[in-house]
Amino acid sequence: MSTNAYDRPAEALRSGDKPVTAPPSAGAKKLGGVAGWVDDRLGPAKGVNYLMKKVFPDHWSFMLGEIAMYSMIVCLLTGVFLTFWFIPSAGHTTYDGSYVPLQGVGMSEAYASSLKISFDIKGGLLIRQMHHWAALMFIVALSAHMLRVFFTGAFRRPRELNWVIGCILSMLALVEGFAGYSLPDDLLSGTGLRAAEGFMQSAPIIGSYLAYMVFDGPFPGEAIIPRLYGVHVLLLPAILVGLFTAHIVMVAVQKHTQYPGPGRTNSNVVGFPVMPVYAAKAGGFFFIVFGFIAVLSALVQINAIWVYGPYDTSAVTAGAQPDWYMGFADGALRLLPGWLEFHAFGYTLSLNVAIGALMLIPIMYGIMAAYPFIEAWVTGDKREHHLLDRPRNQPTRTALGVAALTFYGVLMFAAANDIMAIKLHMSINDITYFFRTAAFVLPVIAFWATRRVCLSLQRADRNKVLHGRETGRIVRTADGQFFEAHEPLDPYTRWKLVGFEGQQPLELTSGVDAHGVAAPSNGKWRTRLSRFYFQDVVQPVTPAELEAAHHDGHATEHLEAGETTKALH
Amino acid sequence: MNALAARRRHPAAIFLLLLLGLILTGGAYAALAPKPAIAAEASAGQVKEGQELFKTNCATCHGANALGTNVGPNLAGVGAAAVDFQMGTGRMPMAEPGVQAPRGKEVQFSEEQIAAIGAFVASLAPGPAVPAEEYTTGAGGDPGKGGEIFRTNCSMCHNSAGAGGALTRGKYAPKLTGVEGKHIYEALLTGPQSMPVFNDDNISPESKNDLIAYLKAMEAEGNPGGMALGSLGPVPEGLVAWVFGLGVLVGAAYWLGQKGA
Ligand code: HEC
Ligand code: HEC
Ligand code: HEM
Repeated sequence: MSTNAYDRPAEALRSGDKPVTAPPSAGAKKLGGVAGWVDDRLGPAKGVNYLMKKVFPDHWSFMLGEIAMYSMIVCLLTGVFLTFWFIPSAGHTTYDGSYVPLQGVGMSEAYASSLKISFDIKGGLLIRQMHHWAALMFIVALSAHMLRVFFTGAFRRPRELNWVIGCILSMLALVEGFAGYSLPDDLLSGTGLRAAEGFMQSAPIIGSYLAYMVFDGPFPGEAIIPRLYGVHVLLLPAILVGLFTAHIVMVAVQKHTQYPGPGRTNSNVVGFPVMPVYAAKAGGFFFIVFGFIAVLSALVQINAIWVYGPYDTSAVTAGAQPDWYMGFADGALRLLPGWLEFHAFGYTLSLNVAIGALMLIPIMYGIMAAYPFIEAWVTGDKREHHLLDRPRNQPTRTALGVAALTFYGVLMFAAANDIMAIKLHMSINDITYFFRTAAFVLPVIAFWATRRVCLSLQRADRNKVLHGRETGRIVRTADGQFFEAHEPLDPYTRWKLVGFEGQQPLELTSGVDAHGVAAPSNGKWRTRLSRFYFQDVVQPVTPAELEAAHHDGHATEHLEAGETTKALH
Repeated sequence: MNALAARRRHPAAIFLLLLLGLILTGGAYAALAPKPAIAAEASAGQVKEGQELFKTNCATCHGANALGTNVGPNLAGVGAAAVDFQMGTGRMPMAEPGVQAPRGKEVQFSEEQIAAIGAFVASLAPGPAVPAEEYTTGAGGDPGKGGEIFRTNCSMCHNSAGAGGALTRGKYAPKLTGVEGKHIYEALLTGPQSMPVFNDDNISPESKNDLIAYLKAMEAEGNPGGMALGSLGPVPEGLVAWVFGLGVLVGAAYWLGQKGA
């Protein structure tokens, strides 16, 4: 990006300002006390002191990550409780517990022990439901958190690495959830495992070996449940907690980003220090999340394994869906047409399965993890950013995000095509055709529409800054003309509307700088992409423009007055 | 006596004995085997009454002689069980044309009238009769066995919770909660619409009783975990997590953010 005269033109307005510091809060005084106490015990505990003085900005969207963290903690706690009774074994047994409709039925010990947890252990059902609801909330909050980070540009330098860690966390969370709901060995989880076996088999050439390896023989075998158990309670939780700790430490070290606003610059953070205000708030919030999940689990049933019955390879159920976070992959499978299966040289290439089952997730997460680097390359913006973007001020990024989200949404809803068919009384065939088309068409429409909306919002912001707020008050001048009175914005509001960076597409450079010294060329592709990013970009109002608008403000208003008069007659 | 004793060793004796045994067991089976007793032998008057009712209510679609038109199928051979099922669940007379006759909100005819029409339809050609109560209430049935039958034969269409499921082109398998035992039995006997027939050779009357016992036991158990969200599994659960769960927690975060230091 070639820089404008001022990166943030509006900053020139405040060139005489003293650097702003956070106003000392009531709690800030106590900070010395608590930090001092800890300091006394732990010696020169620089790290602790440092962490306690960290400042966190206050905005609800910064709490999404916390919701994810707390939900994960609920999963960890309730999961430990479940391990006390759960038997990870495919060994055969006959049910004799208290759930009447299954008495005398042969089943695996895994399923029998899950039933026991549900019906014969005090509080077991509540804990099972808490574990599952917390798992859903974990991934919901984590996804919402990712969206916040994406749309505000918080992934930009220096936080690209943390974004990549986040992507890995998100992907592993899906696998962790899948492993979890495969454990109880009910009809639904067995169906999920059967599908997973099919996915593995769709890998070209090695497919059947892969499935044999994972299941230690033909499906279902005895090995898969103990194996998944190890993965679910040990391997993945360890990796998740490790990555998550790294994630948090990086946030602390790199400091939190903040939304632009008066007094908020690229080099400060405005908010509350960790001790005591933020810690109290965060602690309180943990109990809110924990309490909410408990209430939800007490009131709403989830994964009623006793209804599904034990897994039996000869049985299936209508309405077999995975948990929501695997829905998009299931949806892709439902949409892929059957003719994508090919036979050649004695091998079968099941692209109708492999695309949705094996390729989708790595491609999706690959693009996601690479995005910060792609954007930096296209825009040429390699600087550090600590101030967030309002999504409208990055029309192309926002539009790309909405388009990707739309594509994801189409796939996810396609996984519920049968439920929609019965609930909306529609034909499942029509719904599937609709989604097939939508997967290609809707993202394009979403991209175009989002970009237009962003640009219009930016222009509206510009107008508001230049001409003030419409008051709805019609004023009649002495000579009988009408106009609507506009009120200038107060500086706080104005700051939000002008405090972003101007942007310009990269120029195609010759590979030689102004002094005739060789410089890296931008290249044709990069210039093109950059133009695509910034072609219609709306620049922030500069102080000069604001000045000018105030001077001939009358002229503009008269112009509008003319229109108003017409409209009134 | 001697002659008989002498012939005991005759090569044909063993053959005769076997034959006798077979006849005896066959006869005993025919006499004792569970079979749905025909509730009551239809009288000529009942058939006549049924025919009248049929003419006024059903003939527009099924034809005056119930042999079918292009809007309704031929009813010869469907039996009284089909009529009892279709009318007893309010499906017939069909209110409006559609891909499938939906279960009606209310039954429009009295039991006698339904029985009369059933007798008339049964008089056209033999077909399954209305089952006797013995096997239609689920009493004394084994719900565990019933559940196994259900999961192998029914849940692929009706969902393992009996919550219903989608079939092709707008057709669907309805939910099975709140369906009377007799109608479950009749649905099995007659295979309405896209549902296959499960006659008494396929699934014996005792097993049908087990099935009914299972469905009733499931209903009696209710939902120990709380609200069941339509028993439709992960889709409504995900919806609740996104809309309600995230909504409440973001609301809480917003509220906390509003609270100053
Ligand atoms: C509006 C037209 C219409 C009317 C009126 C109507 N039916 Fe039907 N009937 C149908 C159609 C169409 C079907 C097949 C579709 C279905 O069952 O969903 C059907 C199916 C049936 C069947 C099931 C046949 C089978 O193969 O199992 C029976 C029994 C039946 N009707 C009885 C009746 C009786 C008795 C009446 C009068 C009380 C009646 N119908 C009135 C249209 C009609
Ligand atoms: C191929 C899918 C399919 C299978 C398998 C199937 N059904 Fe059905 N079932 C249907 C359809 C479709 C209907 C709706 C028929 C209609 O409305 O005319 C139905 C209707 C019923 C009804 C009537 C419900 C009501 O609303 O009155 C009952 C009871 C029933 N089925 C029980 C069973 C049982 C028990 C089994 C297993 C032994 C079974 N079905 C297997 C498709 C199926
Ligand atoms: C961090 C994220 C975690 C997620 C997303 C997660 C998710 C799940 C899910 C969706 C299930 C199916 C629950 C059901 O029966 O309805 C499950 C089951 C289970 N989980 Fe976890 N889990 C997590 C962590 C843990 C941990 C740390 C442990 C143990 C230390 C654990 C132990 C178990 C056990 C034993 C079961 C089977 C119990 C049963 O189904 O009755 N989980 N998990």
